[in-house]
Amino acid sequence: MSEHTLHFKPAEGFRARSKAVVDNPFLRQSFRGAMDFLMSKRAAQFPDPEELESLRSLGEAIRQYNLAKLPDLLEQLEANLTRNGVKVHWAETPDEANTIILGIIQGHGATKMVKGKSMVSEEIELNHAAEAAGIEALESDMGEYIVQLAGEKPSHIIMPAIHKTKEEIARLFAEKVPGVDYTDNVDALIQIGRNVLRRKFQEAEIGLSGVNFAVAETGTLCLVENEGNGRMCTTAPAIHIAITGIEKIVEKLEHIPPLYSLLTRSATGQNISTYFNMISSPRKPGEKDGPEEVHLVLLDNGRSQAYADEQLRKTLQCIRCGACMNHCPVYTRIGGHAYGTTYPGPIGKIVSPHMLGLDATAGLTTASSLCGACGEVCPVKIPIPELLVRLRNEAFSAPHANPAMRGQGAGHSALQSAIWRGWAAVYGSPALYRAVSWLGSRLRFLVPRRQGGWTSVRTPLQPAPKRLRDLLKDRN
Amino acid sequence: MNARDRILGKLRQHAPQTAKPLPDVGSWYATHRPLEAAAEKARRFRHFIELAHAEVHAVTAANWTETLHAVLKARAIDKLLVAEGTPHGDAALDALPPRGIECSVYDMAIEAWKSEMFNDTPAGLTAARAAIAETGTLILWPNALEPRLMSLVPPVHIVLLDSNKIYNTFFEAMSVEGWKNGLPTNSLLISGPSKTADIQQTLAYGAHGPKELIVLLQEGEA
Repeated sequence: MSEHTLHFKPAEGFRARSKAVVDNPFLRQSFRGAMDFLMSKRAAQFPDPEELESLRSLGEAIRQYNLAKLPDLLEQLEANLTRNGVKVHWAETPDEANTIILGIIQGHGATKMVKGKSMVSEEIELNHAAEAAGIEALESDMGEYIVQLAGEKPSHIIMPAIHKTKEEIARLFAEKVPGVDYTDNVDALIQIGRNVLRRKFQEAEIGLSGVNFAVAETGTLCLVENEGNGRMCTTAPAIHIAITGIEKIVEKLEHIPPLYSLLTRSATGQNISTYFNMISSPRKPGEKDGPEEVHLVLLDNGRSQAYADEQLRKTLQCIRCGACMNHCPVYTRIGGHAYGTTYPGPIGKIVSPHMLGLDATAGLTTASSLCGACGEVCPVKIPIPELLVRLRNEAFSAPHANPAMRGQGAGHSALQSAIWRGWAAVYGSPALYRAVSWLGSRLRFLVPRRQGGWTSVRTPLQPAPKRLRDLLKDRN
Repeated sequence: MNARDRILGKLRQHAPQTAKPLPDVGSWYATHRPLEAAAEKARRFRHFIELAHAEVHAVTAANWTETLHAVLKARAIDKLLVAEGTPHGDAALDALPPRGIECSVYDMAIEAWKSEMFNDTPAGLTAARAAIAETGTLILWPNALEPRLMSLVPPVHIVLLDSNKIYNTFFEAMSVEGWKNGLPTNSLLISGPSKTADIQQTLAYGAHGPKELIVLLQEGEA
């Protein structure tokens, strides 16, 4: 694994950031309201439980079928895209992906890039790399545009500015967009964004996008969106660069309708998105618009590590709908920024360890009550709670040879392990248990008044003066 | 060894030994999406695309340019971008200028007139190749005569759709038309005007693409 210089916040700040959000009633209200809204919209899209279950099973089968053939499909996709005139690039790390993309841009002497929504471009922190190279990288999805203006990162993979109120956005626009007066009318705010970005769509030489599905048999890149900025970025500029993780491939075009239906219904509770944009080649001779060049960057960044293990491979079934975070009691209370990773919420907790290593993400795996909501709503049936338990074991077990993951054992503590071994010994032997509980009830005065996190909001724990067995004995 | 070979090598080393069975997408649709008669499909298409804020007008082959004229007049639009060389584009070119609507044509590469397209093209007319009843969706395959930006940049997008070309589902459309055998440079599903809910989950239309989508649904004999 190569080193890379990403700006992800290290996991040790996770507790402090979580606490800050939990203590902020406005943010709590924002997230609670937004998640309730998204949950009810999703539920309305799936009125028939049989239809939902059979479609989820079909979605799971499609993703597993395609993952099983992944290396072959990547080669088939590359061959068909190349035949169609699309240039395919491969990157193992974020640094490699940035080098490829900046190389294409600089090779054309270009300085202006408009971006459609792409979480993979967030994952590689392309905007930082572009800025450092003197290239303007402007986000054009309304939510991403707002977040970029504010100098922040997306707090949700589908609704990036979900943590902001319209009043905050109104102040941001009045402050940052030249010639704009304060208005908190949502239509007026969207028109401000539209006008700024329409000028940029005309000027930019480079359009960057993500990919929702790549179809191997036809060599087609599919993009899902509502705003039309994705179509702008992939049509108006002279060069289109798409970037995707290596897992987002299906073999057959007919795999698309069920996955697309699951995606929009699970994500935002829409029966379909406004646009489904299928791109199969650059501009052909005689055609009057569309990019002259189309590039696809295929990024690994830890995905092949997840792929190597049969259980962890299920992580790669994800179609990035965000339903798991919408239904997560932890995400709803702490919001997306607290995680410190590109992908927040349950999916972030199971995918980030492969990208960043368990050493940077061990704490995230414990930020779950294992209530199971994420697994229950996942449209492709990823067993997220099971994977969280697996990752906890990987993170907190003693380091061993040939680990399945980078950073295995990073959370291991010899003292903690010894305590648990002692606990297991006591609870595994009735005689020892009786002796220790007797001692506990006699030495209860030795228990400290301050017990770390427990006593910050609770009274101290103390063994009872009489054990349950003694109370029962007295009664008889 | 380059990145490509390293990635493929890692994947091949751990790929499952046995392939999984090919999922039967066709039988899911056969079981869960019964085929409907033409009138029912047209009704369903209209219901869903109207829910998505599109405006639908029933027209005939004989009167659709009159409806088109009325739609433009109602919005005080006096200029329309049309696709010269297509039957509908030529019909509009014949019918509209005498009634006071200027028709512009997409007769050169976008680089030569980008500013006019973005700043002085209030409406565009295209045909739809087909449509999907299940979700109220138009299918467009832009081409050299009717390029991609026509359905995206003008603030009002007017679409002529033959009601005989409505499929039950996206799956049916791609299967019947054999899309797997070859797709054009760009193909599109469009299910309403451009929209966003990125500010406090409040729905707003006209984010980056058309603010209005108007469907001229041409009914008539098959």
